[in-house]
Amino acid sequence: MELGNLLNAVIFLPLVGAILMLAAPSDRSVRWFALLVTLGTFLLSIPLWFGFDVASAANLQFLGMEFPLISESLDIRYLVGIDGFSLLLVLLTTFLGPIVVLCSWTYIKESTKGYYVLLLILQTGMTGVFCAFDVLLFYIFFELTLIPMYFLIGIWGGERRIYAAIKFVIYTMVGSLLMLVAILYLGYAAGNAVNDGVFTTNYFKLLSFNVPLGMQTWLFVLFAFAFAIKVPVFPFHTWLPDAHVQAPTGGSVILAGVLLKMGTYGLIRFCLPFFPSASVAHTLLIGILAVIGIVYGALVSRAQTDAKKLVAYSSVSHLGFVVLGIFALTLESIQGAMIQMINHGISTGALFLIVGMLYERRHTRLMSDYGGIARSVPILTFFMVLTALASAGLPGLNGFVGEFLILVGAFSSEAPGMPALTIIATTGVILAAVYLLWMLSRMFFGPLTVEANRNMPDLNRRELVILVPMALLMIVMGLMPQPFLKVSEPAATRLIEIIEEKRAYAEIDDPSLQRTFEMKRRAAQSAPSSPDPTTYQP
Amino acid sequence: MEIASAFDTILTDLAGGGSILWLSLVGVIVIVWDIFRNDARELPWVAGMSVGIALVYEFFKVTDPASTVFFSLIQTGGEASFISVTILLSALFSMILSVPYLKGIGRSYGEIYALMLFATSGMVLLGTANNMVTVFVGLETMSIALYILTGIVRSDEGALESALKYFLLGAFSTGFFLYGIALIYGATGTMYFTEMAIGYSVSELQPLFWVGVALFLVGFLFKVGAVPFHMWTPDVYQGAPTPLTGFMATASKAAAFAALVLVLYHGIGTLDIGGADWQLALALVALVTVVFGNLLALTQDNVKRMLAYSSIAHAGYVLIALAAGTSEAYAGAVYYLLIYALMNIGAFGAIALLEWDGKEGRLQTLDSLAGIGFKKPLIGVTMGVFMFSLTGFPPLGGFFGKLAVFAPAVDAGLTWLAIVGVLASVFSGYYYLRVLYVFWMKPAEDSDPAVQSGTFPVPRSSSIILVTCAVLLLGIGFIPGIRDLTLSFFVPGSFVTLP
Repeated sequence: MELGNLLNAVIFLPLVGAILMLAAPSDRSVRWFALLVTLGTFLLSIPLWFGFDVASAANLQFLGMEFPLISESLDIRYLVGIDGFSLLLVLLTTFLGPIVVLCSWTYIKESTKGYYVLLLILQTGMTGVFCAFDVLLFYIFFELTLIPMYFLIGIWGGERRIYAAIKFVIYTMVGSLLMLVAILYLGYAAGNAVNDGVFTTNYFKLLSFNVPLGMQTWLFVLFAFAFAIKVPVFPFHTWLPDAHVQAPTGGSVILAGVLLKMGTYGLIRFCLPFFPSASVAHTLLIGILAVIGIVYGALVSRAQTDAKKLVAYSSVSHLGFVVLGIFALTLESIQGAMIQMINHGISTGALFLIVGMLYERRHTRLMSDYGGIARSVPILTFFMVLTALASAGLPGLNGFVGEFLILVGAFSSEAPGMPALTIIATTGVILAAVYLLWMLSRMFFGPLTVEANRNMPDLNRRELVILVPMALLMIVMGLMPQPFLKVSEPAATRLIEIIEEKRAYAEIDDPSLQRTFEMKRRAAQSAPSSPDPTTYQP
Repeated sequence: MEIASAFDTILTDLAGGGSILWLSLVGVIVIVWDIFRNDARELPWVAGMSVGIALVYEFFKVTDPASTVFFSLIQTGGEASFISVTILLSALFSMILSVPYLKGIGRSYGEIYALMLFATSGMVLLGTANNMVTVFVGLETMSIALYILTGIVRSDEGALESALKYFLLGAFSTGFFLYGIALIYGATGTMYFTEMAIGYSVSELQPLFWVGVALFLVGFLFKVGAVPFHMWTPDVYQGAPTPLTGFMATASKAAAFAALVLVLYHGIGTLDIGGADWQLALALVALVTVVFGNLLALTQDNVKRMLAYSSIAHAGYVLIALAAGTSEAYAGAVYYLLIYALMNIGAFGAIALLEWDGKEGRLQTLDSLAGIGFKKPLIGVTMGVFMFSLTGFPPLGGFFGKLAVFAPAVDAGLTWLAIVGVLASVFSGYYYLRVLYVFWMKPAEDSDPAVQSGTFPVPRSSSIILVTCAVLLLGIGFIPGIRDLTLSFFVPGSFVTLP
């Protein structure tokens, strides 16, 4: 019980900090205060890692207080917890918190207070997304992240910031509002079937509800559409380069590091277990889109002249791997997708940080304005090379683990067309090396082309503090991925079991046979040894 | 009934219709006071205090069981009190907001407050009616006061034009309304909502009845500004003094919708046969209202006009709930009206503050306000809350309101309508966020000099109202009591019917 309220503290400490910060006097104190709050949140979240029971990672842990939201008579409740899918994402969010504050330290010069207040609100929203086990609560946190992000891009962004900000919000709104209708529909349907006719958005009740096949397809489409925009999956990705490039460095890091993961997390958390038959029916379509995203994102990255845009498009490519892994529906590929989400958050986050640091020095992001700067900024170059290699998936660094698992898992997948798609996706790994190494060679190595870069200062202490932990994580996760993989294994196993069980159920046409099957399943569940998707009954 | 006992009944029922009588009484006092001491400075205070007293009175009656008073002419307690609270809240807030505004444009007329009191009293009567005649009396009391209020700035041609337009179209729609009532009476022989459904078996209902209902609905749809009866809204909203526009947009809409809810819930909506037809008709009206309201709002340069069109769209959202026609939907509609009132009073209040130099909101373009957010953070931040809430972003009130109207629609099989509704509200995202973009993000170079210097005053009373609205919107969704309260109003059998 105490540990549960620890989770609530992790979620809401940034929000409390934001409210307190409104009373802060000077800009200087605001920065320190924001750092204090985010660091405190990170420290608070560390016990989540150590207190987490890996053996039962498929179940909800750190449950805290629970109370009805909106109305006593509707089954919409405040219910947060952590399972094997959420743990690492929560930790990633809290880890990036202080880093984002530090990287904005000198970058943000105007209306500092507003910036940090929004940043802290954003963190509460992001953490909540990964902990919410009520679909409507998830939706509230999911949308809560849009408001601060709109202002972060729109006020502190680059030249075309307004276009980018509005595009970002409108794009996401289309998807999430359609998802809201789907949530309502699902809530009533599930309420009638499993909750005595009371509208419910409780995750576990929805999970125990076998959505009829006809309904599954379009509910799946509405859910998947919202998440596909957020990820973004290929044809819906056009908001991403604009938002990424125009956002201030801190905003880009958060976007790449955490916000995109809300999409892939949503796919794993909701789309697959709620609508398994529809998910399986759509694996080929989504697989193709994912592979197009991988190859297209990589090719477009290669064509960029702007370093930040290159990193932005590389996100499309990397997230394509994650989506491919999720819809390959094997244990390895889903675990690979989970770990790849974290890897992408760290390595792409670090890429954005370094590009931002260069931008702060020279106020340009065009790669042609750099060249051979390894001589003037050797330490920065070291971190850049390390990050780029991690991002390209060099064995021994973190990126390799995720991509390898995804590709191995997807190749062995029984889903139609998956092996062929995997082969094409593998070219994405090569292309990633091409565009990243090309960027390295153009910007950092060779002769010094622009004289103004000769006396560029190298990393200062603050920037080292930002980059060293990220670099350490890249190496640690690359060399010892086991502890990180172990966390998601039981959850992924459970997920695959649920999918298979529900599909088997759906294949029984006769309603009376379905009922028998249901009874058998219930009986099997009550036996202690068998896996039970509804272990937690509120 | 005996005449002698009638007086006793009236005396015992006085408390039930207390706020209507009280507001009218104070209205008369204010206007007489104004005769002897023209535009006395105490008048706004007297009017505001009286509305505040009525507000507190109704607030404590909200949990009472619903019943009827004055020979079942009006309802009291429960839903009636809840809607009275909504109306009185928006009346009180608009009064406080209009004091500095009217002083700013040099029009601190005492009669404005008397008229607002009469209008409020009419609104409460309309929103708590239990009889067609009461509906009519309430509607006209409200409307006539509002016609005058729209054109109260006599020297302003735009305002006069709006007032005349409002009056002519309003009178026309009243004709429809009255004719509808007459036909319904002819078909059913009763003016009471509850008797309409109980006393007549459905198969006996003639086409006459349905023609009557159709005409009656036209009158209502005009008052709430639903497409295709919305033509008057943008002009009237733009022409009227801004805080009064806020009053009209929220209180009068809440009252008219509340009356419609009462008619549908107690009367017409309970009929089985033909129920699907009028539901479909309402659904179609809701559809075009939501779509057109949002599309037309997209192209507006003037904030007031934009808000006028957006208020059409919001009427559409409430109509979605009414089309669903379940108990939960009616509860959702009533809940939505409260939240809508808070959002719009706030938004109009903020716009009123920005008309610092007496320049009418009619002429003020959005672009002239560029960069105001940094100069006047209070207006900027509260406007941010109102705009995001109007768009329907969680965790603000607007989201929970929309949830309350869309969810029953999905439940009632109107998923297609809910989908169109949410897609149309994506457009609203664009125009609401554009306000914030101008306030916070647009470079201040091409804005009004007064904005750049930030020298115009922000009265403390107005700031308090804006902050109150914003704070309420931030928290209202998380108070389960309010939603549960509205749900409890529409539990079948909770209402005491005729004696």
